[in-house]
Amino acid sequence: MALLDVQNLGISFGGLRAVDDFHLQVKKGQLYGLIGPNGAGKTTVFNLLTGVYKPSEGIIRLDGEDITGRSNIEINKAGIARTFQNIRLFKDQTVLDNVKIGLHNRFHYNTFEGIFRLPRYRKIEKKMEEKAMELLEVFELEKEKDYLASNLPYGKQRKLEIARALATDPKLLLLDEPAAGMNPNETHELMETIRFIREKFDMTILLIEHDMKLVSGICEELTVLNFGSILCQGETEKVLQNPEVIKAYLGE
Amino acid sequence: MKKLRLSRQGRSDLITYGIILLLCLILFLIGQSSYQLQGLLVPVCAQIMLAVSLNLTVGILGELSLGHAGFMCIGTFMGASFSIYMEQFIPIPALRFFLALLIGALSAGIMGFLIGLPVLRLKGDYLAIVTLAFGEIIKNLINMVYLGYDSSGLHFSMNDTASLGLAEDGVVIIKGPQGVTGTPTDSNFGIGILLVLLTVFIVLNLVHSRDGRAIMAIRDNEIAAESVGIHITKYKLMAFTISAALAGLAGSFYAHNYNNIKASTNNFGYNMSIMILVFVVLGGIGSIRGSVIAATILYMLPEVLRFMSQYRMLVYAIVLIVMMLFTWSPKAQAWKAVQLAKCRKRLRPLTDRFRKKSSGHMTGEGE
Amino acid sequence: MRFLSYLISGISLGSVYAIIALGYTMVYGIAKMLNFAHGDVIMVGGFSAFTIISMLGMPPALGVLTAVLVCTALGVVIEKVAYRPLRNASSSLAVLITAIGVSYLLQNLALLIFGSSTKSFESVVNIPALKLADGQINITGETIVTIVTCVIVMVMLTLFINRTKAGQAMLAVSEDKGAAQLMGINVNGTIALTFAIGSALAAIAGVLLCSAYPTLSPTTGAMPGIKAFVAAVFGGIGSIPGALIGGLLLGIIETLGKAYISSQLSDVIVFGILIVVLVVKPTGILGRKIQEKV
Repeated sequence: MALLDVQNLGISFGGLRAVDDFHLQVKKGQLYGLIGPNGAGKTTVFNLLTGVYKPSEGIIRLDGEDITGRSNIEINKAGIARTFQNIRLFKDQTVLDNVKIGLHNRFHYNTFEGIFRLPRYRKIEKKMEEKAMELLEVFELEKEKDYLASNLPYGKQRKLEIARALATDPKLLLLDEPAAGMNPNETHELMETIRFIREKFDMTILLIEHDMKLVSGICEELTVLNFGSILCQGETEKVLQNPEVIKAYLGE
Repeated sequence: MKKLRLSRQGRSDLITYGIILLLCLILFLIGQSSYQLQGLLVPVCAQIMLAVSLNLTVGILGELSLGHAGFMCIGTFMGASFSIYMEQFIPIPALRFFLALLIGALSAGIMGFLIGLPVLRLKGDYLAIVTLAFGEIIKNLINMVYLGYDSSGLHFSMNDTASLGLAEDGVVIIKGPQGVTGTPTDSNFGIGILLVLLTVFIVLNLVHSRDGRAIMAIRDNEIAAESVGIHITKYKLMAFTISAALAGLAGSFYAHNYNNIKASTNNFGYNMSIMILVFVVLGGIGSIRGSVIAATILYMLPEVLRFMSQYRMLVYAIVLIVMMLFTWSPKAQAWKAVQLAKCRKRLRPLTDRFRKKSSGHMTGEGE
Repeated sequence: MRFLSYLISGISLGSVYAIIALGYTMVYGIAKMLNFAHGDVIMVGGFSAFTIISMLGMPPALGVLTAVLVCTALGVVIEKVAYRPLRNASSSLAVLITAIGVSYLLQNLALLIFGSSTKSFESVVNIPALKLADGQINITGETIVTIVTCVIVMVMLTLFINRTKAGQAMLAVSEDKGAAQLMGINVNGTIALTFAIGSALAAIAGVLLCSAYPTLSPTTGAMPGIKAFVAAVFGGIGSIPGALIGGLLLGIIETLGKAYISSQLSDVIVFGILIVVLVVKPTGILGRKIQEKV
């Protein structure tokens, strides 16, 4: 059974049909790509999957559980984490704290214990710190842990955003244009990192990307969106050879 | 490595507490110089508490509130009324005062929660105007309250003293626009210092806790905070309520410095809320230590400028404008950066010698 | 009949609020800042007219003209000296606090020059009162002039914004400063012009307010300033018809509240309604909703 199962998903803004009859099956452990020209509705799909927008119709199932129409907080708790196209870090907090915020719902102590620093505060904070450091080490950010997030170079900000998403312990990770603004070297490094995440965390990943090298390099299956509906779906190599897809990307 | 970081955060907090104690010492010495200045010692503690607590809303939560004086007002009148009424039942002044402070904080906190619930989904200037409106409503309503007690218990009215229907032995506690009269003057500078430390302790420790991080996450990026499962309303309310409760604590403390206190426009209206906001912004948004310093200096400034008699508020206004322009204008900031770089260049031979010792980078806490 | 005369005086007060709120809303729309000193410009307008008319004994028309000129100049100077340097500051609170500083400054300057005692203001209106229904309804000359002025201001402002190049430039700048600049619009000039118009309106409102309620002190402008701000938010800040509706509603509610419920409670009612409106419709009656793009 697919980890993520989307059927007949659609949404309209005013009169505009932004996404129409979208369907998608992502199997556990898969690296899946969502591509398409600018304005095709890719980010809208992400926003629908994560509960930022409520779909007008359709069903979203995660691991068999119907999560359609839930709020983004509930969907995160159900197991979907994401990054954003325009990086959204907690920029005035340290790198370490950014990851700790990602751990928010996995570690608990109450406000009183926090303010008066009771034993449980110390114990849990220590655990959170260890866990966060573990994640930062995966992304080679441990040296910058005390930097403010906004002071990180661009590529590392992207990595930190992924680390923060992983901190919520998701079943499915959505990456919105992770290679945007990166140079070829950085993109290559990012590909390695994404592969590594999948191995290390046994993660299922769905990503939006424009960089065809990255897409063809790591994605096993693709869905191509154009004008809000699916143009083509299937194994990466086949999809990229599809004349319709080439036409949509390169024009006539 | 880990120890170092913890100690650095702790060190930053220690510096803040140190600054507070130092300021208190200075204030104490200034207080010795004249009777008038001595009279300012308790109010200045209340102002510091107000500024620090407002910074929790404005700096840490990142929402603009112009109604902070309203919460102080509730704390003041609840605390004072409690003390007056309880004088007959609780003979130990220290215990009574302690409970009055608690009552002040609790009542303001509850009010903060009730107000925050509907309004915290508003943003920016809309939230500002609504909090201002609430502050004014609280002040105006308190000006209509009549409260008294006699042998049969408490009496309450919104009309006048007569309609309280007090027996002959009755005592009026709150007399509408004439305010609350007969508060035992339990407050002193020493308690003020303790309460300031408590307020700063609560806010700083909150900031460094799981809840504080969630609150700041909302400030930095609401959408991202939701995406990692943080409940926006819950944490906004938490910050707002704690902020209101601390303002109530300050209010109750302030009340016990005066036998009589009125809810006039200047001490509880939007003017007061704005003055507290000025402390927060000038001290540095989000910087607790900045709020403490700015509140102290700006509250004492008009008093220190007293020798200029009628020009002092004018000077105050000009100082305020110039300081804002100097701290916040991008041009001035660029100029300062250039000057700083020049200074560094000149000091390079010196700093190089120390470089080996220094390590790591400065972290946040907004300093 | 009583109700009708209360209603009329409510509309009169509301017209003053509306004129101030128009200035407020224009400044907010373009500079995106709460100009706390706006109320004090009203007071400066009042004192300017007072100086010319009562102290120098010159004709009222000259007083009004002086008030408008003084306030216009004042508005432009404040914007240039105090607000413009902070336009691109990292926190929008910076300019808010500076505006508060300017407000303190104006109040204390007035205090130094004119003293703290309340002055009685000589009305600039010499139209006789209109008596209707056998004298049961008495509409004062001030009321008539205020309402008429409000209508004229509203019409002229709408025409100005929709029909002139400068007005269109204002719309463009309030929409997107950067894009406006690229289209060759003088952004600084346009913002200065907006402050000039807003302050001129404040001067007119000041003279009308002082004529209707003939007292004047350094803090005269503070509360009307806040109320007009409430009116602007009420109607949807940045919207010109919104400011008119907000101002009128506020004036009517306040006057009727004073007359029928309690004079002490009138402010509570005004602010209470504001809260209800904003909680139900967070952008005011005519405001637009802007959603953040994810």
